Amino acid sequence: MSDAAPDNGSHAHRWLRRAVLLPYFWLLLFFLAPFLIILKISVADPVIAQPPFTALLAWGADGFRGIQATFENYVFLFQDGYYGIIYLSSLKMAAIGTLLCLLLGYPMAYYIARQAPARRNVLLLAVILPFWISFLLRVYAWIGLLNNRGVINEMLIGLGIIDQPIQMLYNDFAVYLGIVYSYLPFMILPLYANLERHDHDLLDAAADLGARRWRGFVDVTLPLSVPGIVGGCLLVFIPAVGEFTIPALLGGADTLMIGRVLWDEFFVSRDWPVASAVSVVLLLLLVAPILWFQRIQAREQEAGR
Amino acid sequence: MNTVKSDEPKPVLVEIREVSKKFGDVVAVDAVSLDILKGELFAILGSSGCGKTTLLRMLAGFEHPTSGRILIDGADMTDVPPYERPVNLMFQSYALFPHMTVEQNVAYGLKKEGVPAAQIRERVAEMLALVKLEALAGRKPEKLSGGEKQRVALARALVKRPKLLLLDEPLAALDRKLREHTQFELANLQYQLGTTFVVVTHDQDEAMTLASRIAVMSEGRIAQVGTPGQVYEFPANRYVAGFVGNINLIDGRVTRSSGGRVSLQCDALGAELSVLSEDPIGAGSSTCIAVRPEKITISREAPNGKDRNVLKGTVWDLAYFGDQSLYRVRLQSGAVLQVSAQNLRRSAKLTVEWDDEVFLSWDIASTVLLRS
Repeated sequence: MSDAAPDNGSHAHRWLRRAVLLPYFWLLLFFLAPFLIILKISVADPVIAQPPFTALLAWGADGFRGIQATFENYVFLFQDGYYGIIYLSSLKMAAIGTLLCLLLGYPMAYYIARQAPARRNVLLLAVILPFWISFLLRVYAWIGLLNNRGVINEMLIGLGIIDQPIQMLYNDFAVYLGIVYSYLPFMILPLYANLERHDHDLLDAAADLGARRWRGFVDVTLPLSVPGIVGGCLLVFIPAVGEFTIPALLGGADTLMIGRVLWDEFFVSRDWPVASAVSVVLLLLLVAPILWFQRIQAREQEAGR
Repeated sequence: MNTVKSDEPKPVLVEIREVSKKFGDVVAVDAVSLDILKGELFAILGSSGCGKTTLLRMLAGFEHPTSGRILIDGADMTDVPPYERPVNLMFQSYALFPHMTVEQNVAYGLKKEGVPAAQIRERVAEMLALVKLEALAGRKPEKLSGGEKQRVALARALVKRPKLLLLDEPLAALDRKLREHTQFELANLQYQLGTTFVVVTHDQDEAMTLASRIAVMSEGRIAQVGTPGQVYEFPANRYVAGFVGNINLIDGRVTRSSGGRVSLQCDALGAELSVLSEDPIGAGSSTCIAVRPEKITISREAPNGKDRNVLKGTVWDLAYFGDQSLYRVRLQSGAVLQVSAQNLRRSAKLTVEWDDEVFLSWDIASTVLLRS
């Protein structure tokens, strides 16, 4: 920078510093503040009133009387085995859904990354095209497809392949289908971003050194795509654990997912404190993978330099 | 620097027979036939798009010839996949595996071959010592300099003891100083190991200094095969003459041809020039002659001596390089010839300067008669 413009420089610098603060402000406003509110509610007692929980800070006629906090809601969660089972079941369903997304998304991302640039863009557009329609509508559409009198069953019966409709809706199968369908793009995009950067010479080099195609893929492409795999899996897994819409619309009565429990506690039992405790515990369960994801990302950025 | 040549003829290692490669309608390699001898350092020289890389990739097995056969050590390799060929390639990008250490990179090929672990360790250590990388065995490629990467790539390709080592622009990614040094190292290593090297390059200096023989490629075909000396002093055609080194190309029409001596009328120079030719050439046929800048003597006095072509002109441009000077001399006809002169005497003042009237002369035996 020339000597003539030091003012300009520090000015720009100051603005840059402010811009850097923006994400923190965002986090503060839209993550930390709501979280603190939820945390506050989770240590309250339910009351039949508006709002339906006790206040954290108690005020009397003579002024401030102290903090009213209880851990009963958490104790309740841990004592009642029901919640533990549902947490585990949610984690399991999200994990299986994530694995299915990975198995389906990896070949797709790999294929797209190996196409000519023009074709790549068309295929990527196809991957993100469903986002242009409301998520809720798309999940609803599956009801029309999977229904006992839905498109698929009617067609199979019409073709004479089956004579009784297959039960495809309101069970775990439908939930997995919904998760894979809804979250596949979140798997494909980070994988693609990773695979697209791979140097094609590396596979040729592996072949040159005696590795067959598949061996070269396992030895070279797969380990180098680990950051993409981790990124994609977390982007699918984290929202899938707390998913409400899919199990609510496509799942059966026996589909246990924490999102539905949360809904029921809030809107059916109107027990806001317990519902808040459920979501605080859920958040804590997910913080670990999020932190892991951030570390992987940081490492990848380092390597990309 | 050419490797020492013994008089006995070397056996042929690679036979390329009438190999063609088409990509759609584009003919990348056009009916190329070539023999590469055991233990030689062979260079394939050509500008980008001449088909040299495609030819290399066919030797490595990454491309399948549209027609023709490739034999290595007598065995037909045309349909053999790259992972089963006794051939290794050093990639221009080096293509080092970024998630493996230097040692793991070098060991990779031996592992795939199923060599016992103890032997792998031994051979990798030996190879790392050869390229002087023992100290860096545990490093990842991202922590290496360009020259170090190049040596890892070389070690990784050589550790499998291939019959044929292919090198794709081996020095292109190095800076100038390092390139000169590496050139010598590479040639030494080749001499030490006796492995057949085929170097693909667009850099004529690289080909000239490294190789014992050069194939010049143009538009998918071999324009000439020969030692660096043959290619430089006896270019087979206009393309080779123009591509390798500096040269003055002069068009002319044959006026007389007798007793191995051909005279040409060169309209562009407004002069008649002579050239030696063993083959008789009919009067009236148009042809082209070529003379290298260093073959031409520049002087202010009229030169004497017979069997010389002599022209008169004015120094139009002059570049001083210290060891030599390059003159561009404009003839009366307006044509410009390049002349280079060694600065043998130590003097700050050149004997021939800008705008001097000069005589250019050269031995008629130094003139190349180019056909077609």
